[in-house]
Amino acid sequence: MKKIIALALTLIMVFALAASASAADSGSVYWLNFKPELDEAAQQLASMYTEETGVPVKVVTAASGTYSQTLTSEMDKSSAPTLFVIGNQAGVKEWGEFAMDLTDTPIANELNTDAYNLYDEDGRLVSIGYCFECYGIIVNPDLIEAAGHSMDELVNFEGLKAVAEDIHARADELGFDAFSSSDMDSSSSWRFTGHMANLEYYYEERDAGGWTECPPELTGAYMENFKNLYDLCINNSLTDPADLATGGHDAENEFKTGKAAFFVNGSWEYAAVSEAVPNATMIPYYCGVEGEEKAGLNCGTENCWAINDTVSDADKQATMDFMVWLVTDPEASQIMVDQLGVLPYKQVPESTNGFLAAANEYAANGHYVMDWATNYQPNVDDYRAALVSALNAYNADQSDANWELVKTAFVDGWAVQYQAANG
Amino acid sequence: MRKGIFKNPLRRWFWLFLGPVTAAFTIGFVWPFIQGIYLSFCKFKLIRNATFIGFGNYVSALKDASFMHSFWYTALFALTSLVFINILGFAAAYALTQGIKGSNLYRTVFFMPNLIGGIVLGYIWSMIFDGILSRYGTSILLETKYGFWGLIILMCWQQIGYMMIIYIAGLQAVPEDMLEAAKIDGATKTQTLFKVTIPNVMPSITICTFLSLTNGFKLFDQNLALTGGQPFIIQPDGSTIKTTEMLALNIYNTFYNSNSASKGVAQAKAVLFFILVAGIGLAQLAYTRKREVQQ
Repeated sequence: MKKIIALALTLIMVFALAASASAADSGSVYWLNFKPELDEAAQQLASMYTEETGVPVKVVTAASGTYSQTLTSEMDKSSAPTLFVIGNQAGVKEWGEFAMDLTDTPIANELNTDAYNLYDEDGRLVSIGYCFECYGIIVNPDLIEAAGHSMDELVNFEGLKAVAEDIHARADELGFDAFSSSDMDSSSSWRFTGHMANLEYYYEERDAGGWTECPPELTGAYMENFKNLYDLCINNSLTDPADLATGGHDAENEFKTGKAAFFVNGSWEYAAVSEAVPNATMIPYYCGVEGEEKAGLNCGTENCWAINDTVSDADKQATMDFMVWLVTDPEASQIMVDQLGVLPYKQVPESTNGFLAAANEYAANGHYVMDWATNYQPNVDDYRAALVSALNAYNADQSDANWELVKTAFVDGWAVQYQAANG
Repeated sequence: MRKGIFKNPLRRWFWLFLGPVTAAFTIGFVWPFIQGIYLSFCKFKLIRNATFIGFGNYVSALKDASFMHSFWYTALFALTSLVFINILGFAAAYALTQGIKGSNLYRTVFFMPNLIGGIVLGYIWSMIFDGILSRYGTSILLETKYGFWGLIILMCWQQIGYMMIIYIAGLQAVPEDMLEAAKIDGATKTQTLFKVTIPNVMPSITICTFLSLTNGFKLFDQNLALTGGQPFIIQPDGSTIKTTEMLALNIYNTFYNSNSASKGVAQAKAVLFFILVAGIGLAQLAYTRKREVQQ
């Protein structure tokens, strides 16, 4: 018996050695994926690619909200990720030195726009966008009409406010409410501290003539506009604002089951929402800014690929080949488009995402695109956590003093976190 | 002669038997520990490119107001939970060794919370607390005192059963003849408890206070899941104090700050944390050991 075990163990060792030796020759790919919702498709793509080419592809997906933790520990291993995500300027600062310069590489040549690429201080192209997204307010047009209103009313804050308040006032009679719940737990708070906050940053950025790096301070000039939309959202909803702190309300489900007409979220929700509400569409963050009738959706991305510069040349090449395959192979790129919406590459199929179509329609009609200024949030986790805490206090008691705290966390907190991250 | 034959092979081969354990201990504990201490003197993003900078991290750590806040908060929490867990754990053990019907069932039920993971517990309890607090228009995330007592309740619920098992073992080992002698001498129940039983279960008390004190100081999962440091005090300059953030969570949050220098600072905090927990634990052990009765 012992002999058999010993023999088996020896065989396993030999195979393990042989396997690692053969893998090292042609290079391999290790993709540290950032989007949990892409995981299933990414695993499928990995096995398709391995089947086709024989190159091993490993996909690991970091759990929601733990990407930086996972990346930190994975990058220290001898078999570090070859393909990872640098999604914003803070990420460039943190991880840029580990990223290969992608200028004029085969994958960069497949791009049809430079809009989503990230460069470091030396002008190296450290990461390139692989999809773009949009966010705003998702609307169920059927419910708007059932309440006796029309989508044409939703062209500015006054219109949105009138419709939302009317629906909320008649919620019992109509059987549905205006906004779905805006929970403040970690699975949902980013819709407000990350996304809705963007309206303040965006207009500030526009006044400043555009940001190219994180500004050390905010002026808070558009805080009242943020308050307009935020108040509308929490006070005309299915859930009492005081109950939002620990969450537990499924906003997506509230929208899908027709209990709410509005749902603050982004284009990645299209697949989940369109089954139940096929004609769901998305409108901009109307918040009472002058000229907002010409506003469009918030378009941008945090999904940018970087190749790890510290791995072997064979691995880098294998990774590059894999990336190019993802955006040129008809079957693979179709899967990517189905999952991610619009990919900024020359050879990928057209998207079927209705929300991105809405974004394009706004842009085509001459509306301005609100870019993702939110990507500049300094020390993002701490900044948003403070904002959540302040919003919790405000939700429970909407006093002026509590709104002052929100403003402090929003505006002064930015400067503090900028110092913490860069000081 | 025989002794020599037996002894020599043992001398020659002892490393073979010690080897696996020593290797495992070195790989799993000694080496990471030494490396951790070294890293606390370094500026690093990845462990492999650490640069030595001396005591700078320790200076930053000690100057960090949030670290000091979390230290006092943790100390208060650890002491409070120590008192509650041990008194209630002992009381449960005492009650369940009096021959009540169904004692075994109660023991099992009381022990079971200990089998649930901390993160899950934190989320479950946050819903329970908010289910109650929302009736009064508030939440566990809105008041520091709710967060504090919420965490105490959670820890008591989880740990009392575990300590109870240790106390039961101690109580069952109290010599019958001593108890009988006390009874014959006319001691009251209270006298027997304080003069005979408690001195005899001192070893259990030592172990239980040690465990609950160090558990209190090291608490992480439950803290993260129940309040995550909320509510914050938003100071006029925009900086924040996370009022319910304990030491371990503070170290974690420091480590994953986007500043490139913060990882070293977090590492220095972790070393200070180790010295603190080890020091307090050892001091407490020495103190209660002195009170143990030798049978």
